Amino acid sequence: MTLGLINANPIVHAKKERIARTEDLHCDDAVDALDIYDILFESHSVRDIRDPEHPYSLEQLSVLSEESVTVDEKRGRILITFTPTIQHCSMATVIGLCLRVKLMNSFPPHFKVDIKVSPGSHANEESVKYLQKRQSCQRSVGRPLGFHKPRPNKPNYSR
Amino acid sequence: MGEALEGNLELKEIQRLEGHSDRVWSIAWNPVAGASGVPAMLASCSGDKTVRVWRESGRDWDCVAVLDEQHTRTVRSCAWSPCGKLLATASFDATAAIWEHAGGDFDCVSTLEGHENEVKSISWNASGSLLATCSRDKSVWIWEVLPGNEFECVSVLQGHTQDVKMVQWHPYLDILFSCSYDNTVKVWVEDIDSDDWHCVQTLGESNNGHSSTVWALSFNSAGDEMVTCSDDLTSKIWRSESQKQQVGDGYAPWKHLCTLTGYHDRTIFSVHWSRDGIIASGAADDAIRLFVENKDGQVDGPSSPSYKLLLKKEKAHDMDVNSVQWSSKETRLLASASDDGAIKIWKLESIS
Repeated sequence: MTLGLINANPIVHAKKERIARTEDLHCDDAVDALDIYDILFESHSVRDIRDPEHPYSLEQLSVLSEESVTVDEKRGRILITFTPTIQHCSMATVIGLCLRVKLMNSFPPHFKVDIKVSPGSHANEESVKYLQKRQSCQRSVGRPLGFHKPRPNKPNYSR
Repeated sequence: MGEALEGNLELKEIQRLEGHSDRVWSIAWNPVAGASGVPAMLASCSGDKTVRVWRESGRDWDCVAVLDEQHTRTVRSCAWSPCGKLLATASFDATAAIWEHAGGDFDCVSTLEGHENEVKSISWNASGSLLATCSRDKSVWIWEVLPGNEFECVSVLQGHTQDVKMVQWHPYLDILFSCSYDNTVKVWVEDIDSDDWHCVQTLGESNNGHSSTVWALSFNSAGDEMVTCSDDLTSKIWRSESQKQQVGDGYAPWKHLCTLTGYHDRTIFSVHWSRDGIIASGAADDAIRLFVENKDGQVDGPSSPSYKLLLKKEKAHDMDVNSVQWSSKETRLLASASDDGAIKIWKLESIS
């Protein structure tokens, strides 16, 4: 099915040494950008979200870094800005959806998550608008907000 | 009309209606209830695949009906017929359903099939003789209401290039408006000669239109102005010479009048214009905002109006506000629906 890689030769950066945070600097369990970055890269769940085409993580390809994450815990808002490796990356929506799902699963529902591409980093800003569609995310991952047990239809309606 | 909108006003929460088990997408006030001793009635529709009907009972509100076992997916929109006896519902299951209110019950009397995927909105014209639906399949359908609760599709309108979010008939002319993820608002009229419908105007960026998804539109009571709201964080006011329009006059185009900018920092999902001229908006920042025309110090008169923020109700809900609707019977009464699964009823009044 694949005709060829969209970006056959990505630039790979050295993985940043992750220092274990032994000291909890925030006494009140406040969430900061680094916490969110760590959530996105927890190895036992999404296994360092990988670029769909290569065995490198999004971090190694500089698609995502700690600077990509902004959080305002008081207002319950998270902003992720990522940089696709090439201007015409068609995987941008897939990457965006993965990031959104990961965050949805880690934060209470009232948190507002905005996922954008860095300005000027993607040729088709229109397709990137798709990243903000709420339903596309739910549809893609099959996870409704609530649970409703479906009941059989009553066939008593006219045309 | 009504008391002057001066002094300290507040949007007071009168009631919180709970019952839906998923986000509430849309609410609709019954157009005939709420006056002459008939208690007010409200319909709501939800991601839980049901529609609930609520009725005022003294100071309380009761859920008098749960319309279930019909739609197999989210119910996205609901609309009462002008006579108040029929309720139309639009669903992600690609159908619309018509329910008849008989006695205390609601029976599903018809289903409208044909759209290829999620139906997003449904609207009755002023006389109740026509229905319109729109869908993620990019089309707008017009249905004729026939005797015996029969509905016949008379036109399938192509033109939008993306998901169509809402359809809304003009308050008294048989002119249909639709708005879309393609950033435009389209206006559809029927040919006098051919009985076919076509797009007579597209309000896009080139006519000072929106630069992102247009989520909703609403008309003032005179029908000569319209407000649209968008993902581009603005609302826009448009004007037409509709009031002068008679049959045979030809179509009076809509022109951009002004843009309300800088008031919202997240998507505006809903706008509704009250009979006494207050525009309510519901947005993705959980807030409800009210706007009125700014009549102070107007130099140039009605040709260059401006609008001001009357009030901002922060944290109106715990999550995104999907829909706001003024009651057409009781003044200053507003309903809102949210992703948090609740519906709230508000009264705009002076702070005592």
